[in-house]
Amino acid sequence: MSEIVSKHTVSVLVDNEPGVLARVIGLISGRGYNIDSLTVAEVDTEKHISRITIVAPGTEQTVNKMISQLQRIVPVKRAANVTFEKQGIEREMALVKIVSTGEKRVESMRLSDVFRARVIDTTHDSFVFELNGSPRKIDAFIDLMKPLGLSEVSRTGVVAIARGTEKM
Amino acid sequence: MVNIQMTGAQMVLKAFEDHQVDTIFGYPGGAVLPIYDELAKERDTNQPIRHYLVRHEQGASHSAEGYARSSGKVGVMLVTSGPGVTNSVTGLTDAMMDSIPIVCISGQVPTHLIGTDAFQECDAVGITRPCTKHNWLVKDINDLSRILHEAFYVASSGRPGPVLVDIPKDIQFQTGTYIGPETVKHKSYRPKLKANIDQIDDALKLIAEAEKPIFYTGGGVINSGNAAVQLLREFVRLTGFPITSTLQGLGAYPGDDSQFIGMLGMHGTYEANMAMNECDLMINIGARFDDRITGKIDDFSPNSKKIHIDIDPSSINKIVKVDVPLIGDVAHVLEDSIKLWKSKVYKINKTPLKEWWKTIDKWKEKDSLKFASDKNTIKPQYAIQRLYELTKEKDVFVTTEVGQHQMWAAQYYKFSKPNRWITSGGLGTMGFGLPAAIGAQVAHPDKLVIDIAGEASILMCIQEMSTAIQHKLPVKIFIINNQYMGMVRQWQELLHDQRYSHSYTDALPDFVKLAEAYGAKGIRVQKPNELDKAINEMIEYDGPVIFDCVVEQNENVYPMIPSGKAHNEMLLGDETKKEEISDEGKVLV
Repeated sequence: MSEIVSKHTVSVLVDNEPGVLARVIGLISGRGYNIDSLTVAEVDTEKHISRITIVAPGTEQTVNKMISQLQRIVPVKRAANVTFEKQGIEREMALVKIVSTGEKRVESMRLSDVFRARVIDTTHDSFVFELNGSPRKIDAFIDLMKPLGLSEVSRTGVVAIARGTEKM
Repeated sequence: MVNIQMTGAQMVLKAFEDHQVDTIFGYPGGAVLPIYDELAKERDTNQPIRHYLVRHEQGASHSAEGYARSSGKVGVMLVTSGPGVTNSVTGLTDAMMDSIPIVCISGQVPTHLIGTDAFQECDAVGITRPCTKHNWLVKDINDLSRILHEAFYVASSGRPGPVLVDIPKDIQFQTGTYIGPETVKHKSYRPKLKANIDQIDDALKLIAEAEKPIFYTGGGVINSGNAAVQLLREFVRLTGFPITSTLQGLGAYPGDDSQFIGMLGMHGTYEANMAMNECDLMINIGARFDDRITGKIDDFSPNSKKIHIDIDPSSINKIVKVDVPLIGDVAHVLEDSIKLWKSKVYKINKTPLKEWWKTIDKWKEKDSLKFASDKNTIKPQYAIQRLYELTKEKDVFVTTEVGQHQMWAAQYYKFSKPNRWITSGGLGTMGFGLPAAIGAQVAHPDKLVIDIAGEASILMCIQEMSTAIQHKLPVKIFIINNQYMGMVRQWQELLHDQRYSHSYTDALPDFVKLAEAYGAKGIRVQKPNELDKAINEMIEYDGPVIFDCVVEQNENVYPMIPSGKAHNEMLLGDETKKEEISDEGKVLV
């Protein structure tokens, strides 16, 4: 198996009950794995099923081990690796605050257009942009904004789903 | 089923009744008083629950384990909030590691005080989350009965394990609706019992072709129950293959049978480990490729195909990559395997198997469990051999503490039935043996129960002697007394140039007087020729006995696979004592 450390996106379907997130996160941290991002929300309001998406660095082997251990948790229904390379789609949203005036302000506005970011708040000295896309696109946008008065960033973390007819 | 109104405390007892629980181990305290009050009220009924009052909650947890491990039933314990829960953590972790079904009911401070650092408050579900299979904090009286039924279901199904239900005191007082167990179904937890039949067929083809096969069985067979044990015996005899077992699996296959080649692993027999190393087919049934078994993982059985039967999918490919995984319950998988084997008229590969047995018999000639006897001092191995010889006609339940005596017990005491060997394998809990023996004795009041102990381990839960006396449980504690934490001393000898750092106990109690102080019988033996008579005296005494068997202090457990070495690099007795252990090996435990 590959020994290369890369980012893996793991989707976990769980019964939405008290403590379930703590169980999932506790297992991951307790075994020394790191987490880059984490998102949670209920996806089936009738059956009370939540979907947890975890981005974690690791080799394929460590991530597979993590997934089998996750499957041992009683309220975990399913866990799977849905990494981009494995035909998964990944999306993230970011709110990016720029504080600047003059030429920099104009430039940030111009670049936001290229990235199809929306302005959702503004003052004479600031913008808050809303941006959707792959984590890489958001990274690139943030990098470009750094010299233009980047003040603050808030990101949702990755959500992911498999392409095509495949279901988790 | 009529839904009945009752208090939370009554629901706990009603759930016990509905799940055929007649025995619990516990210790009262402020946050469980309502439940204890119900226990007092039902004491006069026809079939009161038998409550065994322990002396420390760790004792309750190990007693519940001893009860569960010796009977196959769920062990139940009842403790109070705060220290009651934290004291139980060792036993819960022990049960988690060895997959033992335990239901722990804990009291909690009333709901309105949770999170206020109230007296005897602790985050019970937080603390026990990693050491239980699942746990619940009950916040609504109308959830209580459902949660209790789920708790019994989760503890005992799939890969068994401990669960904890934390019940705040106000919930115990409140009245709500009790629903019966038959209407409760866990919403998602459904362990898979039957393996894929095509995969079973793949496994059988490998078995039919194998030239140097071996069965490697573990605690999963015993957890699966008596049917699994019978089916295993049938399948092993059907094939004529050699069989070895992990520490936890001893007794599933008769220890004195000619196909059984002894325990494997760090202190397993030479023939078992060599056979594992050189086999071309390994059939793992209910074992988990633990590090005590595999030794150096890169050199673990390098030329074999591997079949792995396990109910827990996360065990598959966790440590060793296998060729045919069979996810399911051992009994179901073996039943299907035997049926399919017969219907497809598979035949084993007889000629090479004969050759394989010849090779194994050659290894056996090494007689890896031999030891030098001594006329003046008792060798620990000899003590256990004599204990076995003098008790083997009886149906004996043996528990152990952890250390050298545990390994010698595993090597020299032979088990012909499952559930007779009760040991802390995964966690390695010193102090396990006495409370576990109490639990086993409770489950089997008329049987002989022996805790094979070390003088260091026994002191970790010695307070439970008082429990044994109070409840008239005639457990026998057979202490292999070498004044050292023997296994620590052995490792210090082999790995740390004989610097015996803090592994010698300078001030031990007089175990005979200690026994008498508790109201038990004490026996001390120092000479080999006095041993038999004293063992018989112990067996015949009607009541608890502490047997102080003073043994040779410097004896080591052999054979031994040193840390970081492969199966074929075993140390046998004293011949290779000065073997270098690599730095890489030293960091392993």
